[in-house]
Amino acid sequence: METLIIIVIGVLITSATYLLLSDQILHIILGSGVLTHAVHLLLMAMGGFKGASEPIIGHEQTTYVDALPQALILTSIVINFAITAFFLVLAYHIYQSSNTTDLRNLRGYRHE
Amino acid sequence: MLSILLAIFLPFLAALLIILSSTYQFRHHIGWAVLIVPILLFIYFMRRLFDVADGETFYTTTNWIPSFSIHLSTYLDGLSLLFSLLITGIGTLVILYSIYYMTKDEQLKHFYVYLLLFMGSMLGVVLSDHVIVLYVFWELTSISSFLLIAFWYQRKGSRYGAQKSLIITVFGGFSMFIGFLMLHYVTGTFSIREMLLQADVIKNHDLFIPIILLLLLGAFTKSVQFPFHIWLPDAMEAPTPISAYLHSATMVKAGIYLVARFTPIFGGDMLWFWLVASAGMVTLFWAAFNAIRQTDLKALLAYSTVSQLGLIMSLFGVGSLAYHPDIQLSTVLLTQATFAALFHLVNHSTFKGALFMIVGIIDFQIGTRDLRRLSGLIYFMPISFTIALIGSFSMAGLPPFNGFLSKEMFFTAMLKLTQFDIFSVQAVINLFPVVAWIASVFTFIYSMTLVFETFLGEKKGKVTDETREPPFGMLISPIILASLVIIIFIFPNTLANYVLKPAVGSVYPFVDTNELGKIEHWHGFTAEFWMTVGIIVVGTILFLYRNQFKKAFLFFPYELSIDNVYNHALAYSEKLAKKMTNLYMTGYLRHYFSYIFLFIIIVIGGAFFALHIPFSIGENDQAISTFQWIIAVMIAVTAVTVPMVGSRLSAVLLTGFIGYLMAMNFVLFRAPDLALTQLIVETVSTSLFLLAFYFLPKWDIERAPFKWRNLLIAVSVGFVFTVIALAVNNNRLFESISSYYEKADELAGAKNIVNTILGDFRAFDTMLEAIVLFIAGIGIYALTKYKKAKGAGNVED
Repeated sequence: METLIIIVIGVLITSATYLLLSDQILHIILGSGVLTHAVHLLLMAMGGFKGASEPIIGHEQTTYVDALPQALILTSIVINFAITAFFLVLAYHIYQSSNTTDLRNLRGYRHE
Repeated sequence: MLSILLAIFLPFLAALLIILSSTYQFRHHIGWAVLIVPILLFIYFMRRLFDVADGETFYTTTNWIPSFSIHLSTYLDGLSLLFSLLITGIGTLVILYSIYYMTKDEQLKHFYVYLLLFMGSMLGVVLSDHVIVLYVFWELTSISSFLLIAFWYQRKGSRYGAQKSLIITVFGGFSMFIGFLMLHYVTGTFSIREMLLQADVIKNHDLFIPIILLLLLGAFTKSVQFPFHIWLPDAMEAPTPISAYLHSATMVKAGIYLVARFTPIFGGDMLWFWLVASAGMVTLFWAAFNAIRQTDLKALLAYSTVSQLGLIMSLFGVGSLAYHPDIQLSTVLLTQATFAALFHLVNHSTFKGALFMIVGIIDFQIGTRDLRRLSGLIYFMPISFTIALIGSFSMAGLPPFNGFLSKEMFFTAMLKLTQFDIFSVQAVINLFPVVAWIASVFTFIYSMTLVFETFLGEKKGKVTDETREPPFGMLISPIILASLVIIIFIFPNTLANYVLKPAVGSVYPFVDTNELGKIEHWHGFTAEFWMTVGIIVVGTILFLYRNQFKKAFLFFPYELSIDNVYNHALAYSEKLAKKMTNLYMTGYLRHYFSYIFLFIIIVIGGAFFALHIPFSIGENDQAISTFQWIIAVMIAVTAVTVPMVGSRLSAVLLTGFIGYLMAMNFVLFRAPDLALTQLIVETVSTSLFLLAFYFLPKWDIERAPFKWRNLLIAVSVGFVFTVIALAVNNNRLFESISSYYEKADELAGAKNIVNTILGDFRAFDTMLEAIVLFIAGIGIYALTKYKKAKGAGNVED
């Protein structure tokens, strides 16, 4: 399973990178979202998929899956949400003030 | 003996007090409070005078950064004491003077904080035994000098002068730092005293010449030797007390201190001699020559300072020959040169300090220091005239003033130098006394210009009948300095025995300083005497015909000056830096992302392949369920589709779809909390996207053009990550630390391990996460509320 997941990670990262290199703000925001998914999967894969039971302590003796990546990912999901929301508002603001969402038109002053 | 350290840090502490009292309004001039610091320090160092004169030295050391063997070691010997007395003595007089010069509407707290910062760091320079500490203090003097030159930062000239001085002195300071590191490499110690003991080791090392060059670069830039002298005239934009203190009496002598301090190591080496002596000679000559053409009194004094420092420097060059193996027998002839150098150093501080203060008074009372607009001041300011006369005559080397004594000793040293036959080019050595004499004629001319053009003649320009002497307090310091000029002339040997000879003794530990003899007022009709007579005769003639003489300067237009070279180099380097920056700072986010990705591909990926890190595929994998297969393939296919779809709506929805697939993935990974959170967050984000979608415009080009280059970068990055992930997966170096958290029930009394980690084990991290959310919230709020200020679009530059 690890190999399969890692290949999926590779595909996600490729897609995210391509999106980040775009000139459209919306593409870049989407790219950052896809990249986050890739990183989450990567964390999961690094933790390994061993262990029989979800990390909730029960009565019977069993092995648990690695809880640490899950805690990290949980944090990451929430922060990613905040960042995405900020990006979207920023994009909206850029459009309001510059009347474009194309980064090629947002190069600052020529004479700088 | 911790008290030396305390002495260094007392000014810093005082500065700190001023900063802490920044809101407090002083009823009196704050200078009165500051004045206590140099007085206390002066008394402190005076109390050491007799001990040091008896040959005693004081060494202290305190750990600062022991792991790098950096200690705050101080060393007080004759040489350090001489400089410490100058720093605190002249410092006292300058601060007293500044109380009247700097009016209360100036930013006095800034002024005195900078001044105290300088005083402390300058004491640090001359008292440190540790080269790294010395370097730190050295750069601190440059910084405080920068701040003080730019004190009236509203003026363009101040900013230009401050920048120039900082660029040149920090460049030199950094070279010196490299020299120190080399010295450490050669000797294995940071202590100057221990380095001096290993002089032979250093002399025979391959790095000997680079060390000399680097150290002298530091000394020459600080002590304004040709061609680095150009910053000093521009530094005259500083308030006059600063010019008198930093830029004539103390800071510019730090380079001379460095040369003196390291003479026991490099003395006797011919390269050292030639560099120090000829740099001094050229500086002496060139600056004296240029001083004559100045019309601004402070600029004249600046060039004169440069010239006098050249004189002192050349004497140290001559004095260093005392270490030459071939002339051990007649050593005393050469140690006399160092004696003369130190004597002139003190004298220069007295007469130049007095002159600067008088020029400051003229500027303060009349509002100009332009020679062409000043004349006939003698009728209105007789006391100032007397002081200026004493200072100028001493500077010109006339009796009965202290400058005469040291000037004669300077001639003696130069004449004696020609008698040694250890030089490969004797002709150049024979030139030394000639150059010294011509430069002294120039010195005579500008000294006379200074005093007579300003004070004699009919009143004109800005001089009116209302012109008066300044408040008496302002005259106290120059009067004290002028008195010292005469007192030192009358009792030179008191100064010599208690201050100068111990200092000579620290430059030449092997010499009995009693051999140096006394300073004589009258040597008989010697060559030196006739040289002085010649200076007066020729100088007077040239002074009377100075308008004709000044035509000589037409041969030296601005285009040929070093200033011009500096300005061009600065402008060019700015242009070049801009060009270089524009090369990669294109303004395209895409380019910046590319740099990051290329770095990942080339450095991380490259390192990975260069190191041949092993990895294998598919070993020890868990079995893949059918459901897992389906989700994985769906994620991959969707991810590939997102960049390719034409409409924004599809792209947003497809990304949301990946999120939901991820949630299902989490279920399969037995992570129920993640799955829940992911579901909620994905729903909210997708709605946010759709909301934004409503407000955002259509894409300028509905279908983003396909780019091969971007695809290539994207595929490479994806590949690098895949390979690294595979390698990590198969090379687990240590066990997971998660087993610790599985004791959640015992340790935290909770069943859900993930929640326990977030809420208990790593609760602090979670709090910070909440802060991130909070900050993002503030950002969002600010952006939605933000309205463009009126006319903001019209701001130029």
